[in-house]
Amino acid sequence: MIRVTRKLEFSAAHYYHNPNFSAEENRRIFGKCNNPHGHGHNYVLEVTVAGDPDPATGMVLDLKELKDILQREVSDRMDHRHLNYEVPELAGKIPTCENIAAVIWRLLEPKITTGKLDRVRLYESPDLFADCTADSNGSGT
Amino acid sequence: MNRPLKLSLTRRYHFAASHRLHSPAFSPEENLRLYGKCSNPYGHGHNYVVDVTIGGPVDAETGMVANLGELDPFVEREVVEAFDHKFLNEEVAEFRSAVPTTENVCREIFRRLKHFPSARLERVRIEETSKNSFEFTGESAGVEQRKP
Repeated sequence: MIRVTRKLEFSAAHYYHNPNFSAEENRRIFGKCNNPHGHGHNYVLEVTVAGDPDPATGMVLDLKELKDILQREVSDRMDHRHLNYEVPELAGKIPTCENIAAVIWRLLEPKITTGKLDRVRLYESPDLFADCTADSNGSGT
Repeated sequence: MNRPLKLSLTRRYHFAASHRLHSPAFSPEENLRLYGKCSNPYGHGHNYVVDVTIGGPVDAETGMVANLGELDPFVEREVVEAFDHKFLNEEVAEFRSAVPTTENVCREIFRRLKHFPSARLERVRIEETSKNSFEFTGESAGVEQRKP
């Protein structure tokens, strides 16, 4: 099996706020991420697809196709958007790195039909990333 | 289609420290042969990069595997304050009896962080330089571990 990884960057705004918490709890739990005016990041997404190379083409999948899928499913939805207000898949969720990575997994998995989606890694900054994979033990989210 | 997902969060920390690779169990010649310039008697230093990976369920209320408001001060206290701008051989007690190779530093940082109360420590990865990196995911059953 071979793993192929494609990278994509997008920029977006967000803030963390849970209406079930009081204003004080929101500030305590989310810190400066709770600033209601929001803030933004240059997100870096790494999408890994696993599979056996096709003997005729030598490719796990056509990277051009993957690039188009990432453009449609991720960039068109999230690039230069406010994740709290403009991405319906994140409605009602705190747009943390973990939740965004999981949403991206759910968007991509049915679209990747050649090879299998293996990992979604989302960097919020060079010092922080979330990994989303299938839970083979069934003990995750 | 909605099979369960597994989420982890990796946070990067930095510290700068000096060390010397030298074991009293070996002769000076053996130390030099084994460790090369890393055994120079006055030591040398690195800018270490530490990637700490935390796993577990995503809290439905916060959207988080671990709150960085808890993880950052924990790692700061347990590792960065103890290691940053120190001579590892002398100033970190565990390396008075173990050679501070990055393998051993990895294992020691894992030991210090595995008690993080809010989520499960999955991996400690250290870049000693941009060319060398080391990972430790805990002792696995059935693999015999040599004492350092």
